[in-house]
Amino acid sequence: MAAALIPTSPEEAASLFGEGKDVTVFGGGTILLPEIAAGRLHPTRALMLHKSGLDSLDTSGDVVRIGATTTLAALIDGTDDLLTRFAEHVGDGEVRRTATVGGNLCATPGIGAQRGDLGAPLIALGARVRSTGKGGERTEPVEDFLSGDRAGRLVLSIEYDRPNGNTACQMMRRRHAHSYAIVNVAVCETNGELRVGISGVGAMAVRARSVEQSRNPDDVLKDVEPVSDALASADYRRKMLPLLVRRALDQLESA
Amino acid sequence: MNLIVNGREHEITSPPLTPLLHVLREELEITSPKAGCQQGGCGTCTVLVDGEPRRSCLTAIATVDGASITTLEGLGEAESLSPVQAAFHELYAAQCGFCTPGMVVASTALLERVGGPVSREDVLEALGGHYCRCTGYVKIVDAVMAASRGEVGEVRDMPSPEDGEPDVTIKGSPA
Ligand SMILES: Cc1cc2nc3c(=O)[nH]c(=O)nc-3n(C[C@H](O)[C@H](O)[C@H](O)COP(=O)(O)OP(=O)(O)OC[C@H]3O[C@@H](n4cnc5c(N)ncnc54)[C@H](O)[C@@H]3O)c2cc1C
Ligand code: FES
Ligand code: FES
Repeated sequence: MAAALIPTSPEEAASLFGEGKDVTVFGGGTILLPEIAAGRLHPTRALMLHKSGLDSLDTSGDVVRIGATTTLAALIDGTDDLLTRFAEHVGDGEVRRTATVGGNLCATPGIGAQRGDLGAPLIALGARVRSTGKGGERTEPVEDFLSGDRAGRLVLSIEYDRPNGNTACQMMRRRHAHSYAIVNVAVCETNGELRVGISGVGAMAVRARSVEQSRNPDDVLKDVEPVSDALASADYRRKMLPLLVRRALDQLESA
Repeated sequence: MNLIVNGREHEITSPPLTPLLHVLREELEITSPKAGCQQGGCGTCTVLVDGEPRRSCLTAIATVDGASITTLEGLGEAESLSPVQAAFHELYAAQCGFCTPGMVVASTALLERVGGPVSREDVLEALGGHYCRCTGYVKIVDAVMAASRGEVGEVRDMPSPEDGEPDVTIKGSPA
């Protein structure tokens, strides 16, 4: 049975995490707990964050700050922007009362489905991730965090400048509370600068820089390599992805 | 660790990463929350944690230390059903009954939150993550809406069969 470490402050969480060796970060546990209970995952030490004080949500200023253990339910209650639109589609209300934002950002694909839907809107919003681990604390763009050594990091918080431009999104999933994403597209344009985030099509969310430069939806396939899973084939995703990018860009224009 | 379950305090000895579902069923022998999928996908394990519906199979016991839990056992008795239970009974919203504990608990939370008649959309939103493999959902949704309108009291007499009709007729039943 795993040893449970239950820090009561962010500092204690960071020090217990150390360089992340032999420690499994436990956010809400909606992904981890079933794995542990079924005996498929045997953490030696579980860093349980529920008392760590990392659940603050600050939307009062020009920068939106989201603590890593903010639940998706609290996020939906406290925000109303591009990120909210995606959070509303993760599982159902009962799952969202346990699931955290940090866990969503660090989620790896499940059996037959992709996870980590919030990556797309966070990329489009130009979010920055504050994390700790080897080499100490650092803050970096979410796309760098995702493509870097995220398994060895403890996410402390996520922040983004309150969007003052136009945003749009397109989501494709089956009409069911528990159906995972097939394609997620989030776009944000601030002062003529476009940012495009894609999630649900592969192991992690990706920033579609080619589309940002050319504004040609077909270019999305230069940045993203869709996968096949139980919900959709790679081929289907390759056909749908440019279409949904086009719709999102059209939506921006008519906004 | 401690839990207050249906108003009664319990000391918990299961390890911190035990799902609340297993603590309820195995340590406390409170068996209305069913162990269905055990991965968050079916909703039959749903209980109220400090009044809010959550999946007990996704909830590690350490994260709810000290919380107040309500299960189906805390809602009504066989002789005095809660309004949602009475509506499920009267309107035939349960068949095998495996999904029923989660359905009733989540519906009770919805009715508490709204505090008056709920719409079909409200029910679909609240129960959207709950699977039922028997009823086809229509009777469940109708029952929750009826309960929210206060339309269920005593379980009414069953209609007596017409001549030539088999006497298994149950109101609302296809049989
Ligand atoms: C029925 C159901 C439907 C679902 N639908 C969706 C969906 O539509 N879209 C979707 O994206 N997900 C979905 N999920 C998966 C999951 O619930 C969410 O991704 C959730 O946000 C994960 O958060 P968590 O806190 O529960 O993660 P956990 O299980 O706690 O952790 C997940 C991973 O992240 C790591 N982690 C957690 N917190 C941190 C942190 N602060 N720093 C570093 N690493 C951390 C953990 O070590 C683990 O590897 C669904 C789950 C269920 C059960
Ligand atoms: S047993 Fe918990 S959701 Fe299925
Ligand atoms: S009554 Fe059988 S699963 Fe719902």
